[in-house]
Parts: sequence; C-alpha cells; structure tokens
Amino acid sequence: MAVSASAPPKQPWSWRSRAARSVLYQIIALGMIGFAIWFLAHNTMLNMRVRGIQSGFGFLSSPAGFDIGELLIPYDSNDPYWRAFLVGVINTLRVAIIGTVLATLLGTLLGIGRFSRNALVRGLCSAYVEVFRNVPVLLQLLMWYLFMTTALPGPGDEKSILGLFFLSNGGLSYPVPVWGPGQALALAGALAGALLSWLWARRARRLFEQTGRPRPVLWPSLLLIVGGALAGWGLGGAPTDWNIPAPGTFSVNGGSSLTPEFLSVLLGLVLYTASYIAEVVRAGIASVPLGQTEAASAIGLSKGQQMRLVALPQALRVIIPPLTNQFLNLTKNSSLAVAIGYPDVVSISNTALNQTGRAIECITIIMAVYLITSLGTSALMNWYNQRAAIKER
Amino acid sequence: MTSNFQPIAARPAPVRIEGVGPWVRTNLFGNWASSLTTLALLGLVAWWLPGFLRWAFVDAVFVPKAALCQAARETGGACWGVVAEKYRLIIFGRYPYAQQWRPAVATVAMVALLVVSCIRVFWRPWLALLWAAVLAFFFALMLGGFAGLEAVTTDRWGGLPLTVMVATLSIVLAFPLAVLVALGRRSHMPAIKTICVIYVELIRGVPLISVLFMASFMFPLFMPPGMSIDVLIRVLVGITLFSAAYMAEIVRGGLQAIPKGQQEAADTLGLSYWQAQRKVVLPQALALVVPGIMNNFIAIFKDTSLITIVSLYELTGSMGLALDSDSDWRPFKLTAYLFITAIYFIFCFSMSRYSLWIESQLSRSKNR
Repeated sequence: MAVSASAPPKQPWSWRSRAARSVLYQIIALGMIGFAIWFLAHNTMLNMRVRGIQSGFGFLSSPAGFDIGELLIPYDSNDPYWRAFLVGVINTLRVAIIGTVLATLLGTLLGIGRFSRNALVRGLCSAYVEVFRNVPVLLQLLMWYLFMTTALPGPGDEKSILGLFFLSNGGLSYPVPVWGPGQALALAGALAGALLSWLWARRARRLFEQTGRPRPVLWPSLLLIVGGALAGWGLGGAPTDWNIPAPGTFSVNGGSSLTPEFLSVLLGLVLYTASYIAEVVRAGIASVPLGQTEAASAIGLSKGQQMRLVALPQALRVIIPPLTNQFLNLTKNSSLAVAIGYPDVVSISNTALNQTGRAIECITIIMAVYLITSLGTSALMNWYNQRAAIKER
Repeated sequence: MTSNFQPIAARPAPVRIEGVGPWVRTNLFGNWASSLTTLALLGLVAWWLPGFLRWAFVDAVFVPKAALCQAARETGGACWGVVAEKYRLIIFGRYPYAQQWRPAVATVAMVALLVVSCIRVFWRPWLALLWAAVLAFFFALMLGGFAGLEAVTTDRWGGLPLTVMVATLSIVLAFPLAVLVALGRRSHMPAIKTICVIYVELIRGVPLISVLFMASFMFPLFMPPGMSIDVLIRVLVGITLFSAAYMAEIVRGGLQAIPKGQQEAADTLGLSYWQAQRKVVLPQALALVVPGIMNNFIAIFKDTSLITIVSLYELTGSMGLALDSDSDWRPFKLTAYLFITAIYFIFCFSMSRYSLWIESQLSRSKNR
C-alpha cells in the first residue's frame, strides 16, 4: 500500500465539522463586507445624483487652470490635470528620494555617535534623538517654514556663504556648472570607471579565493572613477564655467535655487526621520554580540576589517527591515508638505479637489500614488534584505 | 656566595577607576581625538551659551505687553509675553472663555486616568469600568447642556483637550479591532485572512492625511442622504481605523512570540478557539506588546496634530487660531511654537520613558 499509515482517517462530512463551520464563517464575513461595500457605494451614487456631482476620471484631460510654483518638468496652467498630477508626483518623489539619502547619512552618524568613547558626543546624540523624536513632524515642518520665511533676511540683503551660496527668505541659491560636452564626457568617464572598478572587485575576490591573498579594492576603485571622470573632463576641453548666483536688488540672479517650501519640507523630514534611523542603527549595532568583534580581533583583523567584514554584515540584518519602515514613513510624511504649500501630490490633489469637487477621484489618486511608492520601496528593500540575510545551505 | 636579600620595587597602587576624575579622564579625554572633540564642543557651547541666555532670559519679555515685545525684537530678546497673553486661547482653543474650567477639569481627569492605567497594580477588570466612567464624564462636561452647564457644540472644542481626547479615544477604540484583525491575519480561513491582510496593508501603505481627507470629504457621501455626522466623529473613525492597522501588526508580533505548544495545550484541554485565545494565548501575547502599544500611542498623539489640516483646532491648530488673527502678536508665532513644542515634548517624552521602563519590567524574568 502506498498510503502512509499516519494519514488521518477521512472524517464523514457533517454540518458540525470544523471545515463546514469555517466555510460558513467565511461566507458570513464575505457577505458582510460585500453588503457594507454595496451599502456605501449605493449611498455614494445616490448622494452624487442628488447633489449633481459628476464622476469619472474624464476631468484629467481638461485644462488644470492653476499654476505650480515648483517645476522639474515643463508645465503651465493650460496643461491638463494629469500633467499637474505628474508634477506633484515628481515633487513628492524628489523630496522623498533626497530626504531618504540625507536622513540615512545623518541617522547613521547619530546612531554610531551613541557608541562614541566621548561622553559629550554620546550625550549630544541622545539629546538630539529625544528632542526630534518627541515633537510632531508637522509642527517641525511648520516651524522650519516660519523660520525660513520670517527669520531669514529678505531680498536685497541675502546672507552670503563664501560668496557662492545665498540664503534669504526667498530660498537658497547655489552655483551650478554650465552644462557642456565636457561635463557629459566627465560623467561618461566616471561611469566607465565605475564599470571597470566593478570588474576589478570581482577579479580581486576571485584572486582572494584562489590564493588567500587580499587585494585592495576601495582605493583602486576610487582611483578608477575619479581618473575616468578627470580624463573625460580633460577630453571635453576642461570646461571651468560656473553659473554663480549674484545678488541683485530684488532677488538673486543666476545659479540655481531651492524654494523655502522645499527646504523646509526637506529639513523637517530629514531631521525627524534621522532621529528614528539613529535608533534603528543603534539597535542594530548593539545586537551584534561583543564576542564577534573580539573573535575578529583574535584572528588578526584590523579595526576597519572587524567593522566591515564581521560586525556590519550582522548588524545590517537587524537594521534593514526597520530601516525600510523609516523610508516608507518619510515618504508618507512628505504628504504633510500640503500644510506649508509645497506642491506635492497631496497639495495638487487638494487644489484639484477644490476646483472640480471630485473627492473620490482625487483621494483615490493620492492613495494609489502612495501605495505604489510603498510597495515599490518594500519590494526593493526586500530584495536587498534577501541578499543581506544569513545564507544557510 | 651569599647575597643580600634585595626586594623588588613595590608595585604602584592600582589606577583609580571610580569617581569623577577617572570618569572624566576616560570619557572626555580618553585619547587625543576624544580630547580634541571635547574641547571643540565645549568651545562651541561657550561661544553659543551667552547669546542664548541673553535671548531666552536677560533680554526676554515675560509680561504680556506687545509694545515691550516689539522693542525686545530689536534688541534680540525672546518674547515669552506671547505665551502669557495667549496661553488660554492656545490650550483651550475656541471654547467659551468663561467656561474654560470645564475642559481643564476634563483634561486633568483624562490625564489622571492615563497615569492610573500605566500602573501595573491597577491592571484589574474594574479599570475598564473606570475608563467608561471617565470618558462619559469627559464628554458630559465638555458638551454640557444639563445642570446649568452651558451647551458647547463640538466645533468649539479645541486645543489640548481635543489632542488628548482624540489620541486616547482612538487608541482605546482601535485596540479591540486590532486584536480581531491580528487574530484574523493568523487564521486558517483564506477569506478572513485575505480581508485582514488587505485592510492592514492598504492602510499602512497610505499616509494618515489621505485617510483624514477621506473622513472629511468622502465620508459624507457614504452616508444615506439626509444623514450628517459630526466632523469630530468622522475624524475619530478615520484615526481609529488608521491606528488599528498599525496596532494589529504589533499584536500579531506578540501572537507570533507565543510558542505553538500553548495553543496545542489549550486544544488538548478541550478549550474552544475563543476560549483558548481569551484564557491562554492573548493574556501572554498582550503582556508582551504593551511597550509596542505605548509607542503606537505616542505616534498617534503626535499624529493628532494633522487634524488641524481638516479644520479641527487641536493644539497646533488652536495656536494658529490664537495668533493669526492678531496682528500685534503674529510676529511672535515662532515663540508660541516653542511653547506647544514643549507641551508635546513633555507628553511624548514621559510616555517614551514609561515605555522603556515597562519593557524592562516585562523582560525582568528573562534577564537575571
């Protein structure tokens, strides 16, 4: 007989069996949910008919009719709504991506700082974390915005930093290189250098596994990238033109600039999220047992190697999942930009909602944008987490 | 051949490692890099402290006189007078001025209830009754309309009472829902599991502000025609649904930490599913997640500041309300922000300390 002896005997079917009951419960639950959805949808239809509200996403192709202060793609008020939403999504992503990078850097520094041998550094890092974590992020954004727009000098007497950066209540102006073939070649050179250093890292690893002799990776890679960039720059005629901002009577001319709205959203989100990331990093480092570093030291690894090869890979496993949550929180908190008028997707949707009255469509767009961003970030971080996870057989 | 006995030199006394001096030596001047950092930081403080003291105390104005504050602005002093002038408006919002003892008493009762609930000796069934009583007292006192108390509609509520009430009530209401959803997410029934997963992931994927927009703009459309619900209740429902999704994940973490043997043992005893959850699994799981729930409460307490965006004037909103319409005091809004920042900080910081303390209490059996 091929049937395993331990298989339980098939129970005769009855209404009182567990399987039957669970089917019944599920049908009841689905029925209730279905009824609730039907009830809400029915009421919504009825209300919309009574109030004469139109529905559908058709409005997306009609002209938006409002201007947006912050643009990365060309847009004017005659453009359709979908383009306004696109501008909003790009603005959200812009502040989320830059904010994520900066918050990770600052948070990591603060988290490591809490293990410093210097008591003052330790104390300052924990004071920072406690202060910024325990005040609502909305309040912080509002305060930064108020500070930027009232406490900073007005146009005409901007605060100059080295004569290159100018800070006023109109924002921050900074110099940018004049874009030319030289810069393009420099970028291409840097990319080529990165490719070469990736190849060298692979080869160095193979050589190390074959011979047991470690080869330097970090310095040759840096050399290749910087060398590539310099070579490209030299080939392109070594352009040195910079577009440096110059203060005029009413505003700063030239250069590139960041608006006070963008600066306050970025600053508020970065400082707030960094305090959480610092805690995540601290917990991760604290989770690696001291014996690991001691063992690494016993087999003769240098301090840097102990950190890079033994402590960090183990800490990262603990750090990554909560770090992902912080990235998602930062992205979701960027929706608070609406409170200070930074034109992110929530702000644009809010304007569109007030103009067209299509509450359902506009709120659906907001939710869809954040859901897609959240799922995308989680997918990316899950992929990275799998790479960092323990490899067991 | 005899040589005189020559004792070797006595060892030096051991280095003292306790007391202030050695602590400073190891923690502030351990090596040259550490010493340099210490000196640099102390230098920064010395450079910055006199100016700060001058701004905050010496040149500051503490009396509610706008003219003095204007003058202090020229000399670079803080204007704490704005707090002295507006504190009642900031803390109680638009609640009728003569009746503001009512929100004060109600808030004190609510905070006292929270403090009592934090003490483990009081974790008894009668605590639930106390909660019901205090919540009823809070709403009765705030609404009024009986025993000679003037009736005050919810649109006049504001400030700290609103912040405390929204945070507390949404957590209390979210808790049972969160337990159900957490159990549902671990259920073997695919339909129930799917519903719970979709609910949790959907809510956790969107920002609170979109949920509040939904409560504010879409909720009226969901109701049968002719029926309108107070905006405060709509927002409460929104925040409750939002925090329930996060709390469900915390509770699920607690459920996962309970060994499978506990459930199996309960099954062996012949307990039904609900009996097993109620008597065996949940008491252990919920004790584990108290710190997590506390952190969730802190998050919700901070997030209540968002309801100012949908025109409910809690602490952040009432501050704007108090100053925006008054051109004498509007220039000192940043100082008023510092005041409410301090209020939020005191609440959240003490709660986070409590959370740490309770965590160490709960794991006491494990660290010995």
